[in-house]
Amino acid sequence: MGVAFTVASALTWFAAIVVLSGVVNDVFRHGADASDVAPGVWVLLGSIAARALLAGAGERAGEVAAASLVRTLRGKLTDALFRLGPVVLRNERSGDLVRLAGDGVESVGSWLARFRPARILAVVVPTIVAVLVLVLDPWSVLVLIVTGPVLVLLLALIGRRVRDATARRERELAWTSAHFLDVLRGLPTLKMFGRAEEHATVIEAVGRRNAETTMDVLRTAFQTTLVLEWGATAATALVAIEVSVRLMGGEVAFGPALAVLLLTPEFFAPLRRLSAEYHTGPAGVAVARRIFDVLDGVTPFEAVATMPPPDRASIRFDEVSVEYEDGARPALRGVTLEIPPVGSVALVGPTGAGKSTIADVLLGFVRPDAGRVTVGGVDLSTIDLSEWRSRIAWVGQRPALFSGTIADNLRLARLDATEEELWLALASAASDRFVRSLPRGMNTPVGEGGVRLSGGERQRLALARAFLRHAPLVILDEATSHLDKGTQDQVLDTVVSLAADRAVLLIAHRPEVARIADVVIGIEGGRACSARAAEVAT
Amino acid sequence: MLGAGRGGRYVSSLRRLVSLARPVRRWLLLAILAAAGALIATIALMTAAPYLLSRAPLVTGFAALSVAVTAVRAFAIGRASLRYAERTLSHTTALRILTELRTTVYRSVARLAPGDLPDARSGDLLARIDADVGSLDVFFVRALVPVAAAILGGAFACAILGVLAPQLAVVLALFLVLAGIGVPLATRAASREAGTSLVEARGRLHADMAEQIEGMADLIAFGAERDALDRDALEADRILRAQRRRAAVLGGAAAASMLMTGVAGIACLWLAIPAVRAGSIAGTFVAVVPIVAFAAFEGVAPLGDAARQTEVSRAAATRTFALVDAQPRVADPVGPVVGPTHISIAFREVSFRYAPDAPIALDRLSFDLPVGRRLAIAGASGAGKTTVVNLLLRFWDPQDGSILVGDEDARRLPLATVRSLLGVVPQHPYLFNGTFRDNLLLADGAAEDDDLLAACERAQLGPFLASLPDGLDTAVGENGLKLSGGERQRVAIARIFLRDAPVLILDEATANLDPATERAVLREIDAFAAARSLMVVTHRSAPLALTDELVTLPV
Repeated sequence: MGVAFTVASALTWFAAIVVLSGVVNDVFRHGADASDVAPGVWVLLGSIAARALLAGAGERAGEVAAASLVRTLRGKLTDALFRLGPVVLRNERSGDLVRLAGDGVESVGSWLARFRPARILAVVVPTIVAVLVLVLDPWSVLVLIVTGPVLVLLLALIGRRVRDATARRERELAWTSAHFLDVLRGLPTLKMFGRAEEHATVIEAVGRRNAETTMDVLRTAFQTTLVLEWGATAATALVAIEVSVRLMGGEVAFGPALAVLLLTPEFFAPLRRLSAEYHTGPAGVAVARRIFDVLDGVTPFEAVATMPPPDRASIRFDEVSVEYEDGARPALRGVTLEIPPVGSVALVGPTGAGKSTIADVLLGFVRPDAGRVTVGGVDLSTIDLSEWRSRIAWVGQRPALFSGTIADNLRLARLDATEEELWLALASAASDRFVRSLPRGMNTPVGEGGVRLSGGERQRLALARAFLRHAPLVILDEATSHLDKGTQDQVLDTVVSLAADRAVLLIAHRPEVARIADVVIGIEGGRACSARAAEVAT
Repeated sequence: MLGAGRGGRYVSSLRRLVSLARPVRRWLLLAILAAAGALIATIALMTAAPYLLSRAPLVTGFAALSVAVTAVRAFAIGRASLRYAERTLSHTTALRILTELRTTVYRSVARLAPGDLPDARSGDLLARIDADVGSLDVFFVRALVPVAAAILGGAFACAILGVLAPQLAVVLALFLVLAGIGVPLATRAASREAGTSLVEARGRLHADMAEQIEGMADLIAFGAERDALDRDALEADRILRAQRRRAAVLGGAAAASMLMTGVAGIACLWLAIPAVRAGSIAGTFVAVVPIVAFAAFEGVAPLGDAARQTEVSRAAATRTFALVDAQPRVADPVGPVVGPTHISIAFREVSFRYAPDAPIALDRLSFDLPVGRRLAIAGASGAGKTTVVNLLLRFWDPQDGSILVGDEDARRLPLATVRSLLGVVPQHPYLFNGTFRDNLLLADGAAEDDDLLAACERAQLGPFLASLPDGLDTAVGENGLKLSGGERQRVAIARIFLRDAPVLILDEATANLDPATERAVLREIDAFAAARSLMVVTHRSAPLALTDELVTLPV
């Protein structure tokens, strides 16, 4: 729609040019006075007003189109990121992903909303101009027909260079952004080692390099524009000279000649605009490719099986193997084990043996590369994952707390929990006392990752959150590692009572945690073994 | 402390922004001259070309036109070349200014973190530094240079018309001012509210997304990702509404400035007609009049965008300068610097809370860590053990009491001196997104690979490192997330072996290790601590065995 407005506004402008040339011709060649040309001037004013309104409408339509496109694309992207899940994304810097979903999506939106119409206009408007010039002065059209395609060809040739350079610039920017976030987060560490000061030089060096890369890219883009502008202005000059020579010979009338002179720049203007959009264009392309990579990475999934009721949902791992792409992390190599619907199972073994991977598989963050996981005999890969996860309460090694109050964070597990239930959950995680001691109690805000809380406090809130969920399967991955003995004992008491009517999977390297479990399974080098073997190994 | 000022700061933050260009002012001036030159060449071309056309029917022989022909060619080539020069110069200058500014901002954050940056979520910080500083780049390129060029170019066009007839210059100047100042001012007034809510909503969205992407595993596991995404969608809708409001204003502004252009050209032509009849303007200049008027607006067209940029840049500059100006509460002492005479450490009646409304973290805590002794700080979780370490590192200063380093109040010692005495393994060690080597070299930049490997060996990372094909060059991932919790802790322990500080502080340093590894690591630390002071912060028994004195913090 924006394009239609813009074309219409171009048409009214061309009409104005033709009328203006007529008026000037009358005054200059025929000595017309103001009243003679008044009708023409009124037409001129009318077409100029129409042009302004149409151009304004085009601008507005373009902006709105860009904004809604950004909105849609961002929704799709974040949706896809969450479908891919944390394990698949572990190799990405989260700063990169945030940037992609933020500025990245915005640049793609502006690309789609500006570059595409510019491409259409670059074909439509010059064609209209060429036809008009053909009618006014057939000889001048030759100049346009020769120079136009040459410039388009040049643009296409240089455009590819711009495209490559812009992709490089995007990568550089993404890297700089992630680097910044990393450095800012690590500032306490840098200060601890007395390196915060000297790190400013690293920031400076990264900025310098980034500035250089950016300039390389921009220079290439500007060169494209330079060639185009040279071409366009040279063509205008050529038309001016060629028409003047024929005016001198009386081969062409002054009015049409002036109109042609004024129309010639309009032939090139859309091409110049396209070239100007070009350096946002390929940036959009580069980011769009990354966005679509993420979108395409999501495999469509359809649940084919219904979940068995929880009381019969014994979980079995049959020869399950998992390989991580980067190979740096330990994987599972043919693990077979069973988690009964009631009772507690502890996985023990040295750090890095693959215990957490078992939790990742259970949560559906990774799919087994071989073997299968069944729940009550139903293959886990055929069950709707979000329905399956609604049965799990999980505390990971680094539980995340979100900006909001303690109550908000707990209600993540159960949106409709009453305040009483929240206090109950806090009590069973031995954290009611410390929460009560806070001036604002449960309404105390916690920052990103719970900045103001100690490691143990964070862990206890995460435990309370998990207990609040009342899920038939509880997975605690090193969930008491920051607790002191007394607190840990209280939490383990809760775990024991939970295990009376549900499945509890404890992942631990500490014997006192494993001791409360009904069954202890050793994990060693990605394989299940007897608990004793694992203990010997530690 | 970091709040953005309003109103009165409008001019001052812009002026300060401009003053950042002082070191590169020559380049900036060149950029402005090139921009004005390009504009003047355009106007000159639009004078010469119609004049050439108008002369042609009246003369015979090409020679009579040669001056005009040469002028047309020269202005055509000059315009494109000057524009290229302008773009290259202005972007180079802006990027130089930015690199400086980025470093300045980093230094400020480095002074403030972590104690004086309590509420700044890191997503917000990222948005602030990356987007704010990035938007300041645009101020120079798309606001400062075009405005200066438009003024010079407009004056040139008025001068040309003024030579023909003074009243033409007056009319043109009037319309130029209307389009160049009136329209942008009106646009700014109309879009200010939308612009502010846009910036705020974007900042919130970015911060929320950063948090959600980092806490993704927890959100998904609790099935809360839908809610989080829905909240994002609400924020995105708010952004969209603001953008719609702004689009209407922008459309209006585009229409208005286009109308001014057209009307100015026609008005000048209309005024010129009687002058031509009276003979005061030669007929050959009739065509020149409207065309020069149109061309004069080429410099004005970008001013609407310039006003919008100025608005965005002003908001970003105000926030950035607020950050730059924020004074850390923890600071180096003023006056003559004293050095510690020895490295005993003592807490004397130290009381501390993180914020006025936060619970008390330490209540009149006193203890002594004499040179070469080994002290354990125990207590239930939440009793303030980590706070002791934070205060020792002077990330915060206590509200009451004092911390003595070698009988001297720590506040009277330079921060760098205090920190250089301490080798700390924090409870949640931070690993930078780089290689093992990068992370280890932090502790000792001069260490050779053999030193690094030896330190890793002592931290019980030897077999793990040996199993990695790239060894020390293995990337640890963002925040070391490619490593397990125990591996991250051992990297942090390897760091203190490299650091060689006289006071070792272990804050739950072995909590994530399995018992066998923990025993081995503690043996190494025991040996390493032989000639040093040692403070162990823990709630667990194994590390306590290293120490000979115990301070228990009450809950």
